[in-house]
Amino acid sequence: MHGLVNRSLQTFLRDTYGTALWVSVAEAAAAPVSGFEAMLSYDDAVTDRLIEAAESALGKPRDAVLEDLGMFLVSFEPLRRLLRFSGVDYVAFLLSLDELPDRARLAVADIGLPDLKVDAEGPAEFVLTVGPGHPGFRPVFAGILRAMADDFGAFALVDLVDEAAIRIDLLEARFAEGRAFDLAAPQRKTATAAGGAA
Amino acid sequence: MKSGRTPVKDAALVGSDALGHLMPMFLWVTPTGLIRAAGPTLAKLCAGGDLVGKRFLDRFVVEKPHPLESMADVQALQGQRILLRLKEGPETPLRGQVQPLDGGQGWLLNLSFGIAVSQAVREHRLTNADFAPTDLTVELLYLTEVKEAVMGELAALNARLRLAHQDAETRALTDALTGLANRRALDRDLARECHLAARGGVGFALIHLDLDYFKAVNDTLGHAAGDHVLAEVAAILRQETRQSDTVARVGGDEFVLILRGRPELRDAQAVADRIIRKLERPIDYDGTPCRISASAGICLSSAYSVPDPEQLHSDADEATYAAKRAGRGRAVVGMAAPGLGADSGPEVAKWVAGAR
Repeated sequence: MHGLVNRSLQTFLRDTYGTALWVSVAEAAAAPVSGFEAMLSYDDAVTDRLIEAAESALGKPRDAVLEDLGMFLVSFEPLRRLLRFSGVDYVAFLLSLDELPDRARLAVADIGLPDLKVDAEGPAEFVLTVGPGHPGFRPVFAGILRAMADDFGAFALVDLVDEAAIRIDLLEARFAEGRAFDLAAPQRKTATAAGGAA
Repeated sequence: MKSGRTPVKDAALVGSDALGHLMPMFLWVTPTGLIRAAGPTLAKLCAGGDLVGKRFLDRFVVEKPHPLESMADVQALQGQRILLRLKEGPETPLRGQVQPLDGGQGWLLNLSFGIAVSQAVREHRLTNADFAPTDLTVELLYLTEVKEAVMGELAALNARLRLAHQDAETRALTDALTGLANRRALDRDLARECHLAARGGVGFALIHLDLDYFKAVNDTLGHAAGDHVLAEVAAILRQETRQSDTVARVGGDEFVLILRGRPELRDAQAVADRIIRKLERPIDYDGTPCRISASAGICLSSAYSVPDPEQLHSDADEATYAAKRAGRGRAVVGMAAPGLGADSGPEVAKWVAGAR
């Protein structure tokens, strides 16, 4: 698994539940307690052990943990910005999800996201089919889609429907004022690293 | 328009609003050089005033492939990539092309941003909606931003790896118990010093130092006492040498010193004597005094026309054994190998003679 994925899990657990929980999860999963390098690759088994350990440490079902991870990722501003480049509103964003794995590959060639295919079943009903790959990606995408609805100011229900799909019911496209998105990158005071989750 | 132009087949009529959606940065310039219509993004760029009705050459400067002074010359630019900029406001570089309109309606220019698009987006506060859906500019902005993030991560990773590398290198060159240099570090330093000395450097002294009676400490008081004594020895060696010297532990109770820039025998001898005297002071271990001493063999790089590390070690070793045979607790100067000793000087001979 790409280090970015493991690093996302690490940052999510540490920032949301504290260092102590991260350390106990990492130890239970025999993962490096000091953390993962975002630009290196790791054995898939480490990721699986991490998810399992997080599941039991938090006492939550696996899908719930991973959906929370997806929501957390969108709260990470550099990643939110990259997602917002995909479309001017939530519907445009949903319709461009097919492109998302390619966009991710433009950034990090070996990121290894599964293929995505979105189908509009009606003007306000969409089904996202997640291609073969690690089963953990699907609930993470569900979390991302939920958080992005908020970001665009849309009101949508996002549900995991079967083994490979996510259903999105758009109840209101402009429910609230979405968060701002300026095409121009924020001026950086110093050249900082992406930091964690991307 | 030039006469004799063949009428265009399949001419499509399109209103300037629709044209603005297709090409948000188009300009329609009349044959007399007035701007008749402009795309919405271009209009946004010229916040200083309405473009329509103004003279094209009053608002834009065409710079390449050659400056355009008069609209009469515009035909020469047809179909080429032209580079231009706004006359007022931020000097946003633009690129574009110009094509004639049918029926003497003038010229159609389609413009876009060059590679400096990020700056233009910032300066003119452009949004997604300012670009045509077919335009890849937004993807270029995405790539710019994502590239910066990934490069930042890579730079941070490189910095961490470099630190880890330095750390590993230090550990690979250090004796864990005493913190002195180890055999590897010594070999590296001695090879370098020999190389420098052979090329006319000042030269150096090499001192082999074997502890005497150390085994007895280990055997009677245990390894902890032995380790304590070794740490004390290391401290004494550090005190009696300079920062620029190499002090290495190369075996259980064997040490090697390179005294840099001190090719004189009396300096090396004085250092060895002082060290031995200090080592002979009882070292306290949990109230028990540990008594040791040391035998030393000294070699000078100046005794060899081309100093060779192996030769130096072997001669210094021999001198150390000579010191042990002579009763321990002393330093003996090693002889240069036969045939190389011509420049070793009378002092060396005296010391060797004195030791035997």
